[in-house]
Amino acid sequence: MMNIDKKTKVLAVASGGGHWVQMLRLRPAFRDCDVTYVTVNPGSKSDVNGCKFYSVTDGNRDTKFTLIMMALKLLYITLITRPNVVISTGAAHGYFACRFGKLIGAKTLFIDSVANAEEMSLSAKLVSSHANKVFSQWPKVARKAGVEFHGSVL
Amino acid sequence: MIFATVGTQLPFDRLVETLDKLHKNQSINKCFAQIGPQGKRPESIDFSATLTPLQFAKHIADCKVIVSHAGMGTILTAMRYGKPIIIMPRLAKYGEHRNDHQLATVANLRDRAGIHVAQDETSLMEKLLHISSLKASRCASSCAEPKLISAISNFINKDEQELEYV
Repeated sequence: MMNIDKKTKVLAVASGGGHWVQMLRLRPAFRDCDVTYVTVNPGSKSDVNGCKFYSVTDGNRDTKFTLIMMALKLLYITLITRPNVVISTGAAHGYFACRFGKLIGAKTLFIDSVANAEEMSLSAKLVSSHANKVFSQWPKVARKAGVEFHGSVL
Repeated sequence: MIFATVGTQLPFDRLVETLDKLHKNQSINKCFAQIGPQGKRPESIDFSATLTPLQFAKHIADCKVIVSHAGMGTILTAMRYGKPIIIMPRLAKYGEHRNDHQLATVANLRDRAGIHVAQDETSLMEKLLHISSLKASRCASSCAEPKLISAISNFINKDEQELEYV
């Protein structure tokens, strides 16, 4: 009853470059939601004018410190936005966002990048036992990994 | 006008050098390259290490053909603007990426309208020499396949109660 007039809060999280461009192509799915976008490049704010937006340092597997800083900032954003749903198009940012989303009881969906046409990414594999759903954008990869396929951003 | 881009993270000198060579001997004319923070500086063509999203969008909008590594960001942007794009895969053996997933990308996108695959420098050179014959895709697209959009909408809207109390 409480949520009857409230829009669903979506936290949309993507790493930089292609991950972010793929997220932008999903925007029609968030039409009726209260969305907060998170990506790496502060300049990407101009892609989602008028929406709530955070940028989070690019961590990668090579540098532990930036990875930890990235995780902490994503935890902070998750805690203050309190999303009902977390959606990510990868990579490491999406992994952490899905883990923290679960922690606060949000539904979590990880969509593996369309770049992974032969095998799921490391982030997708790691997150698959935690996220509610994982989608691959290639039918044969989805079959092999036992995740769902519902088309692609192409 | 050719716009070349290697993405935000890693350099891709094989691609930039090929363009630079052709520009130097006047086989191609106007060309601008975004070469990455650690990219080797070309001698002949105009370049910049990085671009803001707005500058990037302007270069894409203004160019005739895009030349790029096989990164999905640039490929999708080319599709959005309906521009022809030549993609060359980064190879792990040259230290151009952590792995060879760009080979998979080009193998799977090879048959799409507007996407032209150059497997290596020789093939890139050939494509650049016949640049006016490169076709763009028939229509620009700015969002994902409708069935993916509806699968995501379903995920957002369905079973919330049920999932909340698992």
